[in-house]
Amino acid sequence: MLRRRRLIAAAAGGLAAPWVARAATMPGVTKTSIRIGQTMPYSGPASAYGVIGRAHAAYFDMLNASGGIGGRTIELLSADDGYSPPRTVEETRRLVESEGVSFLFNGLGTACQTAVRQYLNGRKVPQLFVSTGADKWADPEHFPWTVGLQPSYRTEAQIYAKHIQREAPAAKLAVLHQNDDFGRDYLAGLRDVLGPQYDRIVIRTASYEVTDPTVDSQVVSLHESGADTLLTAAVPKPAAQAIRKVAEIGWHPLHYLTNVSASAKAVMVPAGAENGRGIIAGVYFKDPTDPRWANDPGMETWRSFARKWAPEADQADAFNVYGYVGVLTLKHVLQQCGDDLSRENIMRRAANLQDLEIPVLLPGIKVNTSPTNFHPIRQMQLARWTGTSWELFGDVLEGSA
Amino acid sequence: MVLIAPLGFLGDYQLFRLTLIATYALALLGLNLVMGFGGQISLGHGAFYASGAYTTAILMTSAGVPYWATLPCAGAAGAALGFLVGWPALRLRGHYLALITLALATAIPQALKCKALEPWTGGVQGVIIDKPGAPFGLPLSPDGWLYLLALAITAVAFTLVANLLRGRIGRAIVAVRDHTLAAEAMGVHVARLKTRTFALSAALTALAGSLGALETEFVSPDSFTVFLSITLFVGSVVGGVASIGGAVAGAVFIVMVPPLANSVSRAAPGAVYGVILIACLYLMPSGIAGLLRRAAASSWWRKRKRGGEHVA
Repeated sequence: MLRRRRLIAAAAGGLAAPWVARAATMPGVTKTSIRIGQTMPYSGPASAYGVIGRAHAAYFDMLNASGGIGGRTIELLSADDGYSPPRTVEETRRLVESEGVSFLFNGLGTACQTAVRQYLNGRKVPQLFVSTGADKWADPEHFPWTVGLQPSYRTEAQIYAKHIQREAPAAKLAVLHQNDDFGRDYLAGLRDVLGPQYDRIVIRTASYEVTDPTVDSQVVSLHESGADTLLTAAVPKPAAQAIRKVAEIGWHPLHYLTNVSASAKAVMVPAGAENGRGIIAGVYFKDPTDPRWANDPGMETWRSFARKWAPEADQADAFNVYGYVGVLTLKHVLQQCGDDLSRENIMRRAANLQDLEIPVLLPGIKVNTSPTNFHPIRQMQLARWTGTSWELFGDVLEGSA
Repeated sequence: MVLIAPLGFLGDYQLFRLTLIATYALALLGLNLVMGFGGQISLGHGAFYASGAYTTAILMTSAGVPYWATLPCAGAAGAALGFLVGWPALRLRGHYLALITLALATAIPQALKCKALEPWTGGVQGVIIDKPGAPFGLPLSPDGWLYLLALAITAVAFTLVANLLRGRIGRAIVAVRDHTLAAEAMGVHVARLKTRTFALSAALTALAGSLGALETEFVSPDSFTVFLSITLFVGSVVGGVASIGGAVAGAVFIVMVPPLANSVSRAAPGAVYGVILIACLYLMPSGIAGLLRRAAASSWWRKRKRGGEHVA
C-alpha cells in the first residue's frame, strides 16, 4: 500500500499536487488515518504488563468511534515481543519496514527497547514515551528520537534524597537495592543530590539478586550498621520480605520504598499491613483503589471510559491507569501536530510539552519536555502507609536537573 | 541459486526474516544432532546459542575483532562449553541430561549479569553491536549481506553434518541411540562419542547464536532466557527431530508461528500458540519433515529412492 503510494508520488513528479508530495514525507499517514506501532509482552514472563497495550487499544477504539484526531483515525499495531529483545527487533523492523508505521509508541521493557533504540534513531523514527523507568532514555544529545515517560528511578531517588536532606539532615542512611540497573539507578540518584555528603549520609548499602530466596541477611547487616533511615529499592517480593524482616528484628528506621513496590495488594498486605506502618513511597498517578479518588472527576472520566470500552479490564489494576497516562500524552502530541504529521514534527511536539495536565496524574504533577529535557514526568508526591492505605502528604516534589 | 534469488526482489525486512530462519535452522541442526540422532534430550541449547552470541559481541566491542573472525571463535566457545557440560552430564542417561541442560539454560542469564564480568558483558544493559556492511564493494544492503553470509554458513554446516551422518561416525551415533550395549560391544567408545557429538552440536548452535547477534545487533541476558531453549526444543520436535531437513522446517515454525499467534489473538497469544503446537504434533507426529517424507514415500518417487539406496 504504502510503497505504491510512494511510487505514485514519485511518478507524478512535477505534476504532483502539494498534498501528494507532503504525504510522501509523512510515513504511515494518510488523509484519513495514522498508523502507529508498539511492542508489548502479551506472552512470556512479563505478560502482566500486556494490560497496558490493551488499554491503549481500547482508548483508540473510543477515539476512532468519535472521528479520531484531526479527522484521522488511529491504527495501533501492537505486536507481542514476549519480553525478548531479539523478538522486539524483529517486530519493530516489521512495523517500520513492512507495515510502514509513523512511529513507535510506549514500547515496554528496558532491554527490549534498548535493543531497537539504535535502529530507530538511525532511521529517524520516533520512539515515543517508552514504558520503562530506566534513566537512560533521557539522552537527547545521543538519541534525539527516543523519549521516556514516567519518572525515572534516578529521579525518584533524587526526590527521596531531597526529602532526607530537609527532614533528617543528620540521617544515617542504609540502602537495600537490586543488583542491576534498576537498583543502581537509585544509588546514582542519591549521589546526584547528596554530592560530597553522600559518603557521610549513606553508611551502608547491600544488594540482592532477583533470584535470592530471601533478603534477611542483607536487612540484618544494614541494621547492624547503626542506620536510622532505610531506602528499599526492591521489586515486590523482596520488598515485602524486607519490610517483614525490619519489623521482626525490632528496627524502626525512617523507611523509603520504591514506587515499583508501592502496592497495597502486592507488597504491603503480604508483608503484614501493620509491619509497614509509616513507610514512605513516591507516587505520581492516582491509585484506582484509593477511596480518596472515588468521586474524582479525572478518575471518573477514566472509569466511564474503561467501563464502556474495556469492560473486561480489571479496574483495580494500576497498569490500566498507567496506560491511560501514556495514551492521553500521545493524543495531546498528535493534536498539537495538526496537519503536519511528519516524523520530525511529531518528535518536535513530543519534545515541547509545556505543563500538560493529565487528569489521572496527582494534582500538581504535570508533563514537561523540552529539547534538552527528555524526562516528561519528573515530579512525585510522597505517600505514607497508614496500615490500610497510602496517604499523600506534603508538596509535589521534583527531581534535580 | 533459488535461495540467493530473494536478494534481488525482497526488502530488507523480509531478508532479515529469511536470515533468522537460516540462523535458527543452524541452531536446530545442532540440537537435532543430539536429540534426533544421539537420542538424548537437551533443554539447554539456548545456553550455547547465548555463548556464541556473547562471544561475538564481546570480541567485537571489547577487543575490536572484525565480525567474521568472531564466527569461528563463537563456534569454538560453544564446543568448549558443550564439552565441559557434556563430559560429566552424558554419563547420565535420559531425563537426567534433560534436567542438567535445563539447569544450564536457567543459569546462563544470571551468570551473564555477574558483576565480575560486567566490563565485558555490560550486565543487564547488554552489548550493542554494529551490523556489518557488505565487503568487496558488493551492491548489497547490510541485511542482504548477512542473509548471504548466514545462508552460506548454514548450507556448509548442513552439508558437513549430512556427510558426517552418512559415514562411520554417523552410524556409530545412531547405533548408540538404538542399542547402546550392542554399539559398545561393536567397539564404539560410547562416552567419548557422546561427548564429542554434544560438543559439535553445541558448536553449531553457538555459531547460530553468533549470527543471531549480528542480525539483531544486540545481546542481553533477557535475550537468552530459558524460553529460548524451550523454543529451540519445540522447533526441533515440530520440524522433525531425527532429520536434517527437519531443522529447516522447525526454523520456519519458530520464526513464523509466534507473530501468527499474536495476529490471531492479542489477548492470549500463548494459548493460540499452544493450540497450533498441539495441532502440529497431532497431525504430524514425526514432525514436518516426517510428513513430507511420508508424502514422498507414497509416490512413485519412493521406488527410485529405494533403488538409489540399494546401490549405495
